[in-house]
Amino acid sequence: MNASTIDFPVQMNRNESNAPGQNMQKPNSPEPEAHAIAPATAFQIGKLSVSFGAHTVLKDVSLDIKARSVTAIIGPSGCGKSTFLRSLNRMHELVPDARMTGTIRLFGENIYGPEIDPVVVRRRVGMVFQKSNPFPTMSISENVTVGLRLNGIRNKGILQERLEKSLKMAALWDEVKDRLNAASTSLSGGQQQRLCIARALAVEPEVILMDEPASALDPLATTKIEELILDLKKDFTIVIVTHNMQQAARISDQTAFFYLGELVEYAATRKIFTNPSVKQTEDYVTGRFG
Amino acid sequence: MQRHFDQELAELKQKLLTMGGLAEAAVSNVIKALVTRDDDLARKVKEDDQELDQFEIDMDEMAIALLALKAPLASDLRLITVAMKISHDLERVGDEATTIARRALELSQEPQLKPYVDIPRMADLGLSMLKDGLDSFVNGNVKQALAVIPRDKEVDAINKQLHRELVSYMIERPPTITRCLSLMVVSKSLERIADHATNIAEEVVYLYEGRDIRHTGKSGATQTA
Repeated sequence: MNASTIDFPVQMNRNESNAPGQNMQKPNSPEPEAHAIAPATAFQIGKLSVSFGAHTVLKDVSLDIKARSVTAIIGPSGCGKSTFLRSLNRMHELVPDARMTGTIRLFGENIYGPEIDPVVVRRRVGMVFQKSNPFPTMSISENVTVGLRLNGIRNKGILQERLEKSLKMAALWDEVKDRLNAASTSLSGGQQQRLCIARALAVEPEVILMDEPASALDPLATTKIEELILDLKKDFTIVIVTHNMQQAARISDQTAFFYLGELVEYAATRKIFTNPSVKQTEDYVTGRFG
Repeated sequence: MQRHFDQELAELKQKLLTMGGLAEAAVSNVIKALVTRDDDLARKVKEDDQELDQFEIDMDEMAIALLALKAPLASDLRLITVAMKISHDLERVGDEATTIARRALELSQEPQLKPYVDIPRMADLGLSMLKDGLDSFVNGNVKQALAVIPRDKEVDAINKQLHRELVSYMIERPPTITRCLSLMVVSKSLERIADHATNIAEEVVYLYEGRDIRHTGKSGATQTA
């Protein structure tokens, strides 16, 4: 497959901005083993295993993640969900002793290829964590634009435009537009989490990984995050780890159930929550174990 | 792991079975009342129907509370939705029994038109379907549930045959028309009872296997082979 047929779903303002090229690959590096994938596939994960030291956390996980849809990862604590999520933007590499085998392709490109810069991977694949983590010493606007400024964008017009666009996409603009220079810590927990989402969106990622993004929020703030996720899937591929079955049921299109480092079942969310094929999945979603 | 929720689901199941017992009793009593021309028994069937109505309301209330409060998934979710549907079917069985009771009270005012052969046969068939449907619900016996479905055809055939017979009666002897029409209603009600039993069996298949075999040409029995 040649590069022109690979579908990059998010290209907001790419032509006007001074953003560094988002192609991770050097122009002529060959990809002999790349095989045809449907443009609707964002991630193609083949026989992924991850271990930390002697401890194997993920075993032989293979699945395709659809572009512009929400994929939920569920499973009991310690089943490898977060490691799986982090391997999608090479975050697990930050842990010493981490070892990974298998392949992960993002729109056909091997993100673990020798020529690939992990920093670029993380720009294409953004992440939002359980606990909102805005930079406390920065204002609201600085938090959103920090990624752009670190990437060398100085043009005030572009920064302002991205700031507004990202905050609007994160459904936070109306609440903060009059106090963009206020401290990020002056926001409520739910607003801080949406600020972190805006920060992730500002660098124009293609995928957003979310690790229990609403587990520390009250029901109203949770609803806002969930609505936001449903809005964002029009433009982004979203992979979310959640312990809340109902949340997975409400917002995701596909659900993957992990147990003891293995992918037990992966199917349409509707199927997983009404009529799962595997007994372990059934027992987990009905709260009989886990 | 035994969950508190399992206890509540067991209560829901138990309530449904009590309801099933009442519905079966209503059908068997009303046919007895018809055949033996026992007006007291027919009136009792009519009155007892209120109990089934109340059960349906209670079942719905319980099921809705469980849906809202426990957010059930997978087989738990199927059990609750299926229980609601079966309870509706059982309530309708009770309504059909009441319809038959009214006709039995009318028919007992006049001489018996003919010996009742087909009607008790239909009732027995319908009752056995109902019983097997409910048993399969309790035991999770999908085979037993699937075996209920083709029997509906037998009941339909008897109903049609009885209709033809009654039509010729009416043509030959117009004074019997009122009684013939009443018997047609009874026959139709029994046919409906078998339909409800079929619905229950189909719901049981959905409950335990997650596949919806309704409106599939009723070939459920062959699908598992």
